Amino acid sequence: MTPHWDALLRALRDPACMADFSEPTWDLVMRQALPAGLLARLGALAREAGVEERLPLPVRRHMQALLALSDQQRRAVRWELVMLSRDLAELPGPVLLLKGAAYAAAGLPPAPGRLFSDIDILVPRDQLNHAEAALMLGGWACDAETRYDEHYYREWMHELPPMVHLRRQTHLDLHHNILPLTARLKTHSAPLLAAAQVLPEFPRFSIPAPVDQVLHSATHLLHEGEWNHGLRDLADLDSLLRAHSQAPGFWAELLARAAELSLGRPLFYALDLCRRHLHTPVPDAVMRQCPGRPGAVYRALMPGVFRLALSGAHRASMARGTPLAEFALYVRSHYLRMPLHLLVPHLVVKAFRGIFLKSKPSEGADAPQQP
Amino acid sequence: MLRTGPFLYRIHSDFASVARGLAALYGSFSVEPADRVADFHVHIQPVPGLRRWLAPQVEFRLDEHSPFLPLPADHAFALMEWGMNWCLASQANHYLLFHAAVLEKHGQCLVMPGDPGAGKSTLTAALMLSGWRLLSDEMAMVDRDNGALTPLSRPVSLKNQSIDVIRRFAPDQAVFGEAAYDTHKGTVSHLRPTAISVASRDTQAAPTQLIFPRWRAGAGTELTPVPKALAFERLAGHSFNYSMLGRLGFELTAGLIDRCQCADFVYSDLPSGLAALDRLTT
Repeated sequence: MTPHWDALLRALRDPACMADFSEPTWDLVMRQALPAGLLARLGALAREAGVEERLPLPVRRHMQALLALSDQQRRAVRWELVMLSRDLAELPGPVLLLKGAAYAAAGLPPAPGRLFSDIDILVPRDQLNHAEAALMLGGWACDAETRYDEHYYREWMHELPPMVHLRRQTHLDLHHNILPLTARLKTHSAPLLAAAQVLPEFPRFSIPAPVDQVLHSATHLLHEGEWNHGLRDLADLDSLLRAHSQAPGFWAELLARAAELSLGRPLFYALDLCRRHLHTPVPDAVMRQCPGRPGAVYRALMPGVFRLALSGAHRASMARGTPLAEFALYVRSHYLRMPLHLLVPHLVVKAFRGIFLKSKPSEGADAPQQP
Repeated sequence: MLRTGPFLYRIHSDFASVARGLAALYGSFSVEPADRVADFHVHIQPVPGLRRWLAPQVEFRLDEHSPFLPLPADHAFALMEWGMNWCLASQANHYLLFHAAVLEKHGQCLVMPGDPGAGKSTLTAALMLSGWRLLSDEMAMVDRDNGALTPLSRPVSLKNQSIDVIRRFAPDQAVFGEAAYDTHKGTVSHLRPTAISVASRDTQAAPTQLIFPRWRAGAGTELTPVPKALAFERLAGHSFNYSMLGRLGFELTAGLIDRCQCADFVYSDLPSGLAALDRLTT
C-alpha cells in the first residue's frame, strides 16, 4: 500500500474517523473504494458508527446506492437458496455455502455491505456428478467456452466450470474442494464437511465452522492470481477474526485446524497482512506458533509483494513496482495451482489461444459495448 | 467540475470540441470549485497509439473504468453525453430511475416514457421550446424520500430528421451543438436547455401526468386514458432499477401512478399535439 491508501485503511480500522475526512480526501477514497469493492462496506460501517449524516452528500449518495445493491443481492441470494434447495433436495449432502453467499445467508460479520457476483457451494467429491445432474435438471448449465476449458476444470481444478441458470442468469460455482486437485498444498474437504453447521433457515445448506471460514477465506486470498479484490477479502477476514476470536480457545483451534488441513502457510500470510494493514488483534504467540510458518527470507520478502499488489486496485494510487508484483503473484498462483509438467503445456495452450483465437470477445457485464 | 441537478461531474478532456460543446450547451450551468467531492470523474480522451495519426479515436472512462468501445474522435461530445447518462443509469441507485422525459409547466408535470423511435425527444424539445420547463430528456429520477422528480436540465439529444424538425419549429430559439455524423444512432445533435429550465434546476416537481407518446404518420392528435394497472406495468418496464430497489421500487412506482393521470398520446402534427398537451395545464 502507498500513503495514498492511508485514509481508506484508517476508515476500515476506525469507521468513526470518516466524519473528519476532507472533501479532497473523500474524492480519492471514493474512487479507490469503488473498484476495490469496499464502498458499500464503508457505507455499512459509517451507518453502524453513526457518522453517515456527517459525510459529504455525494459520498452518502453513492453509499446509499451501493447499499441498495447489497440489499438486493441479499434478497436475491436468499431466493436462489430456496430454488437451489428444491434442485438439490435428493442429494445426501451436506452442501456447504462458501464466502459471499454464506455471509449473506447466515448473517456473518462480513455481510453488511458485502457485494458478490456468484454463489459458491461445496459438496463431497463422490456426490459431484449427482449434484451436477440435479442442477442441470433445475435449469443450470455449464458455461465453459471450449472443450479444453471443460477438461481443465474437470481434471485438475477444485470446482466445475462456472454454471449459469438459463432463466435467472445467476452464476454458481460448484466446488468439491478448496484447492485444486493438482495444487502443491494438498488439503482435503472431508473435515470441513464433517464440521459444517446446518443453517436453520435453509436446512438444505450448511456453512463451514468458524475456524474453517477463516482458513477458506485466507487460502482463497493467498492463492488468487488477481488482487483487485484483495483488500476486500482482507476486510472480510478481519471481521471474521474479530468476531470469532471472542470465543474461548479460538486461536488454538485455528492453529490445530490449519495443521490438520495443511493450510498453515496461507493462514500465516493472511494473518500477517491483517495485522499490518487492518491492525487485527492477532496475538504474537499465534504468529510464532503458526504451522507452515515461512522461513526468514520469505517472511521478509512476501509481505512487501502482497502490499504492492493490494495497492493495484486503483491504478492512480498504486505503488511503483505494483505491475511487477502483480505479475509475480500471477505466476505464483499458477505455480501453486499445478506442477510444472502440467502447467507448462497449459500455459502453451492458453498462449496459443490468446494469439490465434482472439476473435471471441469477452461477454461479461463489464465488457465494453456500444455507448 | 460541472453540476447538473444534484450531481457533480469532473470532466477531463483534451478535446477542443468537448470544450466548445460545454460552452455552447452548458454555458449557464454552475461550475464548482475543484476541491469538492465529485460524483463522477469523467475522462473523454484520445485513444493513444499509432491509430491516432490515421483515424483518431476517443474513449470514455469513468475514473479508470472503460465501459464503451472507442468512437471516432469527432464524436467526442456525443460520447460524453452518452457516458454521463450511463453514469446515472448504472450507478444512481439512490433514485428510482426510468427511461423517460420529464417536463413541467404551471405545476403540471409530464412524465413521458418512450420506446426508441416513439418521437419522445422531438416532442420533449418542442415542449421545452414552447415554454415548458425541461427536467430531463432521458432520465426520470424519482426521489426516494418524497416521490418527486429531480431535475437534471441537461441538453436534449436529437437524431436525424428530428434535428431539422426542431430547427424549423423554432428557428430563433433552438441552439444546437456541433452534430456528430454517422454514429450508430445516425446523426446526433444536442439542443441547449432553455433559460427557465436551467434557472429552476434545483426545483423538484411532483408528477401529475404519465403520458406514453407515439408519433404515427398521418394520425390525428389523440389522448386515450390508460388503466392504472396497465400503466404501472408499462412504466416498470421502462425502469433501470425497479427490481433492484425491491419493495421501495414498487412503492415509489405505485406512488407515481397514484398521483398521475395516465394516457396514451398519439400525434403526427406537432403544433396540434403541443396544443393538446398544453390544455392539460389549464
